[in-house]
Amino acid sequence: MTNPLNWFSQVVAVTGFSLQTIVNRKGSSAATVIGIAGVVAVLVGVLSIAKGFRKAMTVSGSPNTAIVMRSGADSEMMSGLSRDETRVIADAPGVARASGGPAASAELFVIIDLPKRSTGTDANVPLRGVEPAAFDVRRELKVVAGRKFEPGKNEIIIGQGAAIEFAGLDLGKTIRVGQNDWAIVGVFTANGGISESEIWTDAAVLQPAYRRGDTYQSVYARLTSPEAFDAFKNALTTDPRLNVKVLRQADYYADQSTLVYNLITGLGTLVAGLMGLGALFGALNTMYTAVSSRTREIATLRALGFRAGPVVISVILESIVLAILGGMIGSVGAYLAFDGYRAATINFQSFSQVAFAFEVGPALLIQGMVYAALIGVIGGLFPAIRAARLPIATALREL
Amino acid sequence: MSENSEILVHVKDVEKVFRRGSEEIHVLAGLDLEVPIGEFLALMGPSGSGKTTLLNLIGGLDRPTRGSVVIQGERIDQLSDRRLAGWRARHVGLVFQLYNLLPVLTAERNVDLPLLLTNLSKADRRKHVETALSVVGLSHRAKHFPRQLSGGEQQRVGIARAIVTDPTLLLCDEPTGDLDRKAGDEILDLLQALNREHGKTIVMVTHDPHASARATRTVHLTKGQLSSEAIA
Repeated sequence: MTNPLNWFSQVVAVTGFSLQTIVNRKGSSAATVIGIAGVVAVLVGVLSIAKGFRKAMTVSGSPNTAIVMRSGADSEMMSGLSRDETRVIADAPGVARASGGPAASAELFVIIDLPKRSTGTDANVPLRGVEPAAFDVRRELKVVAGRKFEPGKNEIIIGQGAAIEFAGLDLGKTIRVGQNDWAIVGVFTANGGISESEIWTDAAVLQPAYRRGDTYQSVYARLTSPEAFDAFKNALTTDPRLNVKVLRQADYYADQSTLVYNLITGLGTLVAGLMGLGALFGALNTMYTAVSSRTREIATLRALGFRAGPVVISVILESIVLAILGGMIGSVGAYLAFDGYRAATINFQSFSQVAFAFEVGPALLIQGMVYAALIGVIGGLFPAIRAARLPIATALREL
Repeated sequence: MSENSEILVHVKDVEKVFRRGSEEIHVLAGLDLEVPIGEFLALMGPSGSGKTTLLNLIGGLDRPTRGSVVIQGERIDQLSDRRLAGWRARHVGLVFQLYNLLPVLTAERNVDLPLLLTNLSKADRRKHVETALSVVGLSHRAKHFPRQLSGGEQQRVGIARAIVTDPTLLLCDEPTGDLDRKAGDEILDLLQALNREHGKTIVMVTHDPHASARATRTVHLTKGQLSSEAIA
């Protein structure tokens, strides 16, 4: 009879009683659970935007695709290349061969205004002029409805993301951009990547329509292998006829998404942090109430010989259980509400809209649960210390 | 008083001072008390006389400001909080005026609580609980929750919880204070039986002369000091 059970068993026993009393405090416990669920849903929801945006920007970044722009240009918008330059680039070592020649596409890139379907407000949509080899450079691109545009004609094909987001982009319809009408002849996908936010047409048609003369902004090239990149880059950067920068496509898109990704992540964390502070006070209030309403019970347990440590841990565990419950509800809610939700936002680095799907993955769900548990720990800590410090003799007489 | 070897509780020159802001309240002032093994002692006195404070000191629920509390040769006022908790679990059974049962647990699980601090097997714990409930005559109410029991029954569960570890000392704080006369008498019968038939040493705080009449000795406290005593 004299050997006490170990500390852990006391924790289990006292925590068991604590959890059983939650039903007596349904109101305040539910408020805490719902509060934390809201915080976690917002955190996971906002971060899923950043995650989805980055995924859209980087998913199609094939390791053996390179982009060449004028040296000093941070984006295609700021770049400019002459036809002669694009030919030198296409003939550089390391470029894969396609049926019609090198797998390199000289492209130009303009921004057009189209209203968003959701709000009706104008948004910048990228219209890309490409050469026939573009389809051989970006092999992930598939025309899923209609057909490819015909060279020399005012025809466009639209990315699936753009088709969902922007009004007027319907297969078979015609849109008027500037002085020209453009027939929509096809819809394409690109594994959910950035290209799906774009509209494509023949570069040779787009150049005169936008008075670009015989200039381009970039060359996309498919290399024979990812390892061929260094030789390709060296050849171009040491060629005295060229003044260009060479990037892997994946690196370029990752860099292009940094600003928006950081902005959304930063804002999301800030909002969730502030909301978390509110939820923390909710949890503190609940647990102080729990300790207060159980003052006599806690004192009785301690009078019987239960130690203060297990009481502290039991209060914290109860708080964590409520927080985890809230975290689970918030995570599941965020998953159901946001995962796969399609939206478009401006990418400040390209001044154009990027269509993407929110992505609530396992990592985000774990992040949400960890955040909830953290709120639970802090929310339970101070009430737990109060519970442990209650003078037993005084607390026993509490009503 | 009995020989020193038979003394279970030895309270010596105990002083207890509570602070309320800058005010000092002297609840016990140089009090001495000895309780022999097997005694049923009633502590009486008006409100604020210090009788519950004295009981708490004997039970290791509080510490004296000065003086010593020795139980069965062990000076408990000098034990650490952790060791004192263990000491309470092994040596003291507590009976409270408001029963202090956990409302979410059945009668048998309430009685089982102190046994969770022992290394008894589940089967042994069950036997102890059954025995304790049968001693207080509540075997048939084992599965009931406190809210399903009368006040007298709840107090009997409280007593079963106090005796389930077979402690040396039973400390009762106004055990009949919240009960009607009939239920109170039943509780006093039970305490008397535990004292006479099971040899439990009992210290009971009460303000009710009817209750103190069941004790083998009654001491009165006035302003933190023993003022008189009567032996039954």
